[in-house]
Amino acid sequence: MFIPHTDADREAMLRTVGVSRLEDLFKDVPAAHRFPNLNLPRGLTEMEVKAEMESLALSNETTKDLVCFLGAGAYAHYIPAAVDAILRRGEFYTAYTPYQPEISQGTLQAIFDYQSLVASLTGMEVSNASHYDGATAVAEAVSMAYANFRGKRNKVVLSPSLHPHYRATVQTYNEGTEINLAGAEISPQAGPEALLPLIDDKTALVIVQYPDFFGRIYDYTALAEATHRAGALLAISANPLSLGLLTPPGEFGADIVTGEGQSLGIPLSFGGPYLGLFATRKEYVRKMAGRLVGETIDNRGQRAYVLTLTAREQHIRREKATSNICTNQGLLALAATVYMSLLGKHGLRQVAELCYHKAHYAASQIASLPGFRLWSDAPFFHEFVVRCPQPVAEINDLLLLEGILGGYDLGQDYPELKNHMLIAVTEMNSRDDINLLVETLAEVSND
Amino acid sequence: MNTPTNLKYTKNDEWVKVDGNIGTVGITDHAQEQLSDIVYVEIVLSVGDSAKQSEACATLESVKAAAEVYLPVSGKVIEVNEALPDSPEKVNTDPYGDAWMVKLELTDQSELDGLLDAAAYEAQVQEKE
Amino acid sequence: MTEPLLCELSVSGRQGLRFPEPDVPLAPLPETLTRRDLPLPELYETDVVRHFTRLSQLNYCIDTGMYPLGSCTMKYNPKINEEVARLEGFAALHPLQPVETVQGALLLMYELQEYLKEIGGFAAVTLQPAAGAQGELTGVLITRAYHRSRGDVKRDKILIPDSAHGTNPATSAMSGMRVVTLPSDGRGNVDLVALRSECDDTLAGLMFTNPNTLGLFDENVKEVCRLVHAAGGLVYGDGANMNALLGIARPGDLGIDLMHFNLHKTFSTPHGGGGPGSGPVGVAAYLVDFLPAPIIGIIEEGNDEEPPLYGYLTPAKSIGRVKSFLGQFGMMVRAYTYIRMHGPDGLRKISEYAVLNANYLLALLKNTYHLPYDRICMHEFVLEGRWQAAPDIHALDIAKRMMDYGLHPPTNYFPLIVHEALMIEPTESESKQILDAFANVLLKIAQEAHTEPELLKTAPHITPVGRLDEVKAAKELVLCCAFGIEA
Repeated sequence: MFIPHTDADREAMLRTVGVSRLEDLFKDVPAAHRFPNLNLPRGLTEMEVKAEMESLALSNETTKDLVCFLGAGAYAHYIPAAVDAILRRGEFYTAYTPYQPEISQGTLQAIFDYQSLVASLTGMEVSNASHYDGATAVAEAVSMAYANFRGKRNKVVLSPSLHPHYRATVQTYNEGTEINLAGAEISPQAGPEALLPLIDDKTALVIVQYPDFFGRIYDYTALAEATHRAGALLAISANPLSLGLLTPPGEFGADIVTGEGQSLGIPLSFGGPYLGLFATRKEYVRKMAGRLVGETIDNRGQRAYVLTLTAREQHIRREKATSNICTNQGLLALAATVYMSLLGKHGLRQVAELCYHKAHYAASQIASLPGFRLWSDAPFFHEFVVRCPQPVAEINDLLLLEGILGGYDLGQDYPELKNHMLIAVTEMNSRDDINLLVETLAEVSND
Repeated sequence: MNTPTNLKYTKNDEWVKVDGNIGTVGITDHAQEQLSDIVYVEIVLSVGDSAKQSEACATLESVKAAAEVYLPVSGKVIEVNEALPDSPEKVNTDPYGDAWMVKLELTDQSELDGLLDAAAYEAQVQEKE
Repeated sequence: MTEPLLCELSVSGRQGLRFPEPDVPLAPLPETLTRRDLPLPELYETDVVRHFTRLSQLNYCIDTGMYPLGSCTMKYNPKINEEVARLEGFAALHPLQPVETVQGALLLMYELQEYLKEIGGFAAVTLQPAAGAQGELTGVLITRAYHRSRGDVKRDKILIPDSAHGTNPATSAMSGMRVVTLPSDGRGNVDLVALRSECDDTLAGLMFTNPNTLGLFDENVKEVCRLVHAAGGLVYGDGANMNALLGIARPGDLGIDLMHFNLHKTFSTPHGGGGPGSGPVGVAAYLVDFLPAPIIGIIEEGNDEEPPLYGYLTPAKSIGRVKSFLGQFGMMVRAYTYIRMHGPDGLRKISEYAVLNANYLLALLKNTYHLPYDRICMHEFVLEGRWQAAPDIHALDIAKRMMDYGLHPPTNYFPLIVHEALMIEPTESESKQILDAFANVLLKIAQEAHTEPELLKTAPHITPVGRLDEVKAAKELVLCCAFGIEA
């Protein structure tokens, strides 16, 4: 309980206000509905709630208890100790949005550092201060492209190998708008060239993922060229950790790069809070939604940082705003910034390579098991799809008995991919972990 | 508030200067004062576009506000002020001169009758305050 | 003292975190897709920790002082929340794990849904929206889906009071709805005459904040809801101001059909310098089918021996997903802990003291700052930051001068309907002593405004930086610093 008032305080304050009881302050509330009895469990002390919550937490099996090979958009990576040490500073996590720059330079400069890192990592010119997650960042890319063409182009081509949650979010956001979403009928097996016939002069945006939902990596240069020839924009949703190793999407010619930043020092936390990355070219900066920090000077001649281009945002533009976003994911952007600073140029390459090599080791071992087959021969980063001899759910039950969290059952989202499992491998999986997975799967193929 | 008498005005603080069949469009001194330091101008019509009265011809941004500029009259765009986006502050320093935004060939002179003269414009500004 | 940027601190060859060597054979890298250069900084751990620690010291925060920010509810962020959220049993869960392995997490979410239902007076709750604005979007989408499901396709009008937060019209426009602004009457309520005139068959709904951003409880709340319902529309509640209503009134009882909560306001989850938030949405019974998917439900009933099995349900006419995975689970853990610590009595005390604190400050200040609506306020109130006898002084100057007294300013220039608005919300976390000190500062500044206005115009003086050139920032647009690229 966090209310500091003593009885004496309360009485003195009531007298100043000019009422005799606390209840008198609520006369405007209709009497019939005033002071309802809330059917909630009685309040607990800190000691009691801690015990309850610990017990609740222990009843879950976590990715520390189990060996995790589950990815599909959220990954178990190592989080350096210094990340949380910084995040737990009250000056960062209990601070408000930096609307008063004179007393928020810590937050503002950290965001500027973040924008710089994201721009650099993705090979783009500017980044905003974050969106909610990878899915909503893609949805905002759609709005941005539509606004860019002032409504004259209303087709958006979505690759079938964009994360199902992201495609679903884009669909929800565009229900009832003028925007037509194309690409649903394309086979998930197909590469980006399958999108080419869909790109025309009504297309505002083409969206692909890198690596794609199935882990595959493609050079999107030809796609970018075709998109630009048609006068449209290309958005690439990227895994930022993979960019420690892979060609950045900016080099392919992407106009917008979005992504999910959870792999950059952010815990799995059962799905959130995560981090939506959003970067673009300088020419589109005013069409980009979300907060932006810019550099300037103060009246004492010091370099300083401030929220800028705020005239685009909801608190000024209201119904003409580029988006309604207000609170974003500030503290997670800080986590990613600290993570990228600690790893830096060498460390991010190292962790990306570890993921790559371990995943390729796992893939080659599994591919040699009877009944199991790699679904695609395209190059991949740290995830790959395996065709299994039995339903994925059954295999995962067996894996669980060995203390292994198996891969994602693709049949849930792609009917043509029943019995196909999406397996992710990160630097957290040791060779022994991988061998255990392979041995257990071998027992399945022997059945 | 500076409101030249040889121009026509809209309630949205746009002005138009008419020379024969050519109209030149911009925003008023009162408007630039309300917006304060302009940091960005984008002209959204191109030469050759046919546009109607009340269609947006430009977007302005200051630190504290953003606003659309609407055409006072219909016409075909014959010239846009390409230099203005590079020097947005001209909207504040010379709203009736260097900060003109588009020039149109008018398609319906009768629209001018519905616009305000300088006195009427200033009167409705005072009323709003 | 300017803190360097990461790109300026970088020294070639440094590395903070190292990883073990690969324990597997190396696979050939994809040559044409391998990056040639990675322009990121090179720093030791010491560099990084010192850099961010020094940056943190430039920030004001709740842990150092009060934030009187209207409509933000900057209450104390309990430390126990931070410990609990970090328990491995919550933090190390993958969102796609089989439900049998995460029953504790699902139970937490299910119970949080139930608690918010009870607190708000709703039939069901979704925890998926990531923040208040996303909750609003969810609400508008549900509203549209509801009307369409009844064949009512003409309804595209959303009414929004002129005092509303900017996200309200932004959200409506984003969803393709037509925004019509409603004036407030002389007592700060929604103008009933204006409302009546807009109640027709194109009305999709009203976005209603109650108490509103003036801190006033709408004296006609039931009539407002009745009028909208009679015209076939829905009332969407912006729950940002819920801190005044915990255990005081349930929006659902008053006629609100659907409403978002802000866990980062009412339920103490930290603001984080701009997020993460969380914006669960509660709905009335006739809207349950439209909720985003998935919601947490009981998929196998329990019995005397076995607890129920919790899992995911897809509402029959769901509007779909509004984001990936399940929502801001880390914030749900904190809000759940907060509600468990308070219970029904504790929650009511929060609102009682939040409202007492606001009225107390109001009483201390209303003779010095003009109060446009002289009524008992709820958890916040709005004053005018201007005086006839000090024509050069604006709310902005008062705000900047407050920083010289070690205080964060209140919300400025919002709501739009009050000139030079100062919106003040102390929250229940602040003691009488802190409020007295706060009031004294504002009284002193009022005096200075008349006798030494220059102190306000040139403020702040003692902060790490002074007033910033925002025009330069917007014109020159320096948005990042480039890291060294090797030739």
